[in-house]
Amino acid sequence: MCLGVPGKVVDLGEADTPMPMGRVEFGGIVREVCLACTPEAKVGDYVLVHAGFAISTVSEADAQQTFEYLRQIEALNDELGAPEGPTDAGPRDGAMPEPDS
Amino acid sequence: MKYVDEYRREPEAKRYAKAIAHTVTQPWTVMEICGGQTHAIMKFGLEQLLPASVTLVHGPGCPVCVTPIELIDRAIAIAQRPDTILTSFGDMLRVPGSETDLLGAKSAGADVRMVYGALDAVKIARNHPDRQVVFFAVGFETTAPGNAMAVIQAEELGLDNFSILSSHVRVPPAMEALLGAPDNVVDGFLAAGHVCTIMGYREYEPIAEKYRVPIVPTGFEPLDLLQGLHMVLTLLEAGRYGVQNQYRRSVTRDGNLHAQRMLARVFEPCDRQWRGVGTIPASGLKLRAELTRFDAEQRFDVGQVTARESEVCIAGAILKGLKKPPQCPAFGVECTPDKPLGAPMVSTEGACSAYFRYARGQNERT
Repeated sequence: MCLGVPGKVVDLGEADTPMPMGRVEFGGIVREVCLACTPEAKVGDYVLVHAGFAISTVSEADAQQTFEYLRQIEALNDELGAPEGPTDAGPRDGAMPEPDS
Repeated sequence: MKYVDEYRREPEAKRYAKAIAHTVTQPWTVMEICGGQTHAIMKFGLEQLLPASVTLVHGPGCPVCVTPIELIDRAIAIAQRPDTILTSFGDMLRVPGSETDLLGAKSAGADVRMVYGALDAVKIARNHPDRQVVFFAVGFETTAPGNAMAVIQAEELGLDNFSILSSHVRVPPAMEALLGAPDNVVDGFLAAGHVCTIMGYREYEPIAEKYRVPIVPTGFEPLDLLQGLHMVLTLLEAGRYGVQNQYRRSVTRDGNLHAQRMLARVFEPCDRQWRGVGTIPASGLKLRAELTRFDAEQRFDVGQVTARESEVCIAGAILKGLKKPPQCPAFGVECTPDKPLGAPMVSTEGACSAYFRYARGQNERT
């Protein structure tokens, strides 16, 4: 239900209306989208669209942080040395303390 | 597609999985709130990438699943009135009520229509001034602003044949209900990225503080989910709690203030019953007093509805993260997406439907 699909704004529609309807392209398909909640969006920006409404303008700078974060934690792990357990993802054995409940 | 494909790359997913395995030294249980996240986890087999000591449980974030059966029966009763058109999102039409579902009512002659969004329902009302058009408005905070806008539009157009049957729900009170329950199993949360896109994450900070849990607003693609898990697990391993934001490309601390203003203009919090869970204080949204003329429950008196739930369905325990779908005796036998007993098997976001579609026959991990 809370699905949000990123699409590229191709047309902002009529300005100065309470309910501006723009056009947004999703992989070649263009749909009419209400831009009332993303007045900052410009043509060429990506917006996240939910049930016909743009709910945010995607931040290109912040979009990269998922990859930057990965590089940082890997660098940190390398610095700290190899872990004691298996490094490959998968079940880990050994005595484990009980979690707090 | 930009902002989708790059978050599905396998090499990075494996690197994240390795980093998670490196981080975890003890068992933890993490709940993803949103049904969209549940489906992505099952579809991409993310649980198989995690250490066995990490258990994912699936939260109540499927609005179709938690809509009380009484309200579905009421929607059906309204749809059966003469000169009425009942509209809603596709998923809602197949959720079982006590006797039938909305599609069943449609095949028996009621005018029930699927719409893509609330504004479509307003359009139908404009085109059919001689009919009463009701929008069965379900959804979390992500969906509510759009539905609010439909009410604002109907008001501006002076439509007296449009109303909504509101079943809106809010995430934070549900999280508090889960965390405050004596049988709570959740150590940390992936919060719902699109709910937080609207509302921000400020309102989660006191919850993280009070219950000493990590809460990480997280997106919906595999790398989003793996990063979110790494962030929650790192906090848990360090004995820390608080809110950290994974989904920074869409979520800010304050959220979308335009959408919040629209919400506040049309709706106000109310107590709400969650199907299978019970009543949670302040967990719903109802129309503000000055807009009750758009309230379908007040406009149409369909009398008392007596609801009857399936006796075998364990939807409540599943929505609270206490059980997983394969633990239900009816799963995949009496209850399938074609013939669902409970709402989590219907919705494209329900946990049972996710397991049925993506994980049938897999050995259930504990």
